[in-house]
Amino acid sequence: MSDTPSKAQASPQGDVKTDLQAGLKAGTLDELYAESEHWQVNAGGETIHAKRLPGRWRRIKWLAASVWLIFFLGPYVRWDGRQAVLFDIPNRQYHLFGATVLPQDFWMLSLLLLFFAILLAVATALAGRVYCGFFCFQTVWTDIFTLIEEWLEGDPRQRRAFDRAPLSLYKVRVKSVKHLLWVLIGFATGWSFVAWFYGALPLWRDFFTGQANSAVYAFVALFTAGTYLLAGWLREQVCFWLCPYARIQGVMLDRTTLVPAYDLTRGEPRGRLRKGQDVIAGQQGDCIDCNQCVAVCPTGIDIRAGQQEGCITCALCLDACDQVMDKINRPRGLIRYASLDELEGQRVRPMLLRARVWLYVGILVLSVLGIGYGFSTLVSIELNVLHERSPLFVELSDGSIQNKYTLKVLNKSNDDLQARIAVSSPVPIEVRGIEHDLRIRHGEVTPMMVFIRIEREHLTGESIPIFFTADATLPDGTEARAERESAFFAPEP
Amino acid sequence: MADENPFPGENNTGHFWDDNIRELRNPPPRWWMIAFWLSIAWWVLYGLLYPMWPTPPWKLEQTEQQHTRGMLGWTSIQEYKQGMEQVEQVRGQYEERIAQLSADEILADPGLLQYTIASSKVVFGDYCAACHGSGGQGNPGYPVLADNDWLWGGSLGKITETITGGRKGNMIGHQNILSEQEVDTLAQFAVDLSEGREASDEAWTLFNNKGCSGCHGPDATGVLGTLPTGDVITVGAANLTDRLWRFRPGGFESAKHTILYGVNQSGVEQTRDAVMPKFGGAGSAEGRLDENQIKKLAVYVHELGGGL
Repeated sequence: MSDTPSKAQASPQGDVKTDLQAGLKAGTLDELYAESEHWQVNAGGETIHAKRLPGRWRRIKWLAASVWLIFFLGPYVRWDGRQAVLFDIPNRQYHLFGATVLPQDFWMLSLLLLFFAILLAVATALAGRVYCGFFCFQTVWTDIFTLIEEWLEGDPRQRRAFDRAPLSLYKVRVKSVKHLLWVLIGFATGWSFVAWFYGALPLWRDFFTGQANSAVYAFVALFTAGTYLLAGWLREQVCFWLCPYARIQGVMLDRTTLVPAYDLTRGEPRGRLRKGQDVIAGQQGDCIDCNQCVAVCPTGIDIRAGQQEGCITCALCLDACDQVMDKINRPRGLIRYASLDELEGQRVRPMLLRARVWLYVGILVLSVLGIGYGFSTLVSIELNVLHERSPLFVELSDGSIQNKYTLKVLNKSNDDLQARIAVSSPVPIEVRGIEHDLRIRHGEVTPMMVFIRIEREHLTGESIPIFFTADATLPDGTEARAERESAFFAPEP
Repeated sequence: MADENPFPGENNTGHFWDDNIRELRNPPPRWWMIAFWLSIAWWVLYGLLYPMWPTPPWKLEQTEQQHTRGMLGWTSIQEYKQGMEQVEQVRGQYEERIAQLSADEILADPGLLQYTIASSKVVFGDYCAACHGSGGQGNPGYPVLADNDWLWGGSLGKITETITGGRKGNMIGHQNILSEQEVDTLAQFAVDLSEGREASDEAWTLFNNKGCSGCHGPDATGVLGTLPTGDVITVGAANLTDRLWRFRPGGFESAKHTILYGVNQSGVEQTRDAVMPKFGGAGSAEGRLDENQIKKLAVYVHELGGGL
């Protein structure tokens, strides 16, 4: 896209003057300044057409963005003959590779949410809005959308001209191809999202034959429209005005947080380089006011004004500035990831000495441990005991007291099982209802009624503990057991 | 309001307050106007697609106000009926099997039993719970269904009979037949038997001589005879030898009251009321439940905890 000669080609000597002149010969500096007329901080009045430059951070950005391929390809991963990860909402079960999670295990979800919330917090505290800059779907999708725009309509300058150009058949053609591609990506997004819930293969089968239910079509339509609108039209406006996370993040930064920052002491006083003029040490800072950092910014801000709301810390300005520094033969890093402490020349505290880091890490570890515990103790059967409340107890003819319980046995394994129910208590009891094994269908809750009688002379109080156990043998021979304590209620003695 | 517009050339309405506060004629934002017209278009479209516009009763026989049908032909009542049909389809299989099986057979089938209990809960709540309590725990004057004391027999057959035909116990009041002394003796007799004590010979003699054993049975258990099927022959008289009292709270005074004024005696002011209405014979004045419902209810009541 850019025809600026690289430093190596232009100046083997590495001398400032020759280097600059070589750059000027190619008209680069003029070009940069001419271009800079276009860039100003945008409050939503015009479409941002950010310049694309290759560079180190751009590569990292692609790397981070490529993680999203999992979103598109993940539903096709198979495990044990079914979709490896399937959030089967209609059947209320969630398959995560070998494990099946039922709604009863959903406390783990809160730990998972806690984990990601804290991960976001820790990432923000350490390195600002890196999530926004490198991984957020809004950033990534917008990036892809503008890439397509660049392929079809050219670089930012050409795009602006193209936008202003009168309507022509060519313009209509190019624009409609662009919007079609955008909609297609939106559709693929919605499709992939639904595939996680519906199953990728059934979705292919049902979607086009009209057999999928209306929710499927509604969700695909919603995501298609949402992606097209948000990534295609709203772009950085989402980060500015819509995203709640962007608002929260501001308060997570502190003096030690690494954020893309303009080194004020080094850059100022900034001034434009004039042809044939050298940078005179002491008179002028390193910033030559080429506005490249603004030009490449996807949210259109000027990082030299300091950390601000619109900065998504994508570090594209670092790439841009480094290239210019290379050109004028100044050291890189005029704009760099730096903390406020570092910029102000204060002592930079190492990450490991910060209490906040340890606090965050502690919570992260705890939530991971909790999830790990949950998965390692996923039992195949679960037992719940509901004590009948009306009546709480019944007096029988012989004066003994009877309580009624409804047992709910949940089979979380993938096979139908026979559950053996056993009841025990510190006092002699007579149990009715557990004579036969209970057939429990997989993925279902099977209820059963149990009556317990205690002779009058054995009643030790108004409440006597009762222990229920359910045992089942899985097809592979392992034993599954669930226990539950309940109480036997009796009238006052 | 000022006579002269102090802001000439400004697009204001001519309304001024405090010299400089005025109402402008700024148009609403474009997007707002678009949304506004879209909403109106939506409203019109909705009115065409769905039932919406009220119409007067066109035909003479129509008394209620009508409405347009809507191009989609959708109505909420229709959707409700379709939903009910689906439910009925699911239930239908069970109901069909229940109709074919006897109550005993239902009891022996765990899956069907679960369905029966679940679906009878509502019927029980509608027809039985007002007297017998939501869980069969009984009420003063109304028997507990969750215990194992069955005055009319606790087999499925007997329970079905009770629900279908109703029950009405009968015990004459003895206020003019027995002396005060005799009433006390018999009340004490009932209390003693209930609490597992030996009753005096004098009391047993009185119990037999005054005809009490005719209904309450020779051993005061309320059973007059046992059939080969295991069913018992009773006239609904209370079992005096168990811990439970038909008329709560029970005890000496309560027993005395029953002996003095009897049960279901017309003309006796303080008599005990004990009537179980008839629920069977659908179509009759009292019959409110069909055969399937009664069969299911019998199973449900049997499983409340006291089934024999």
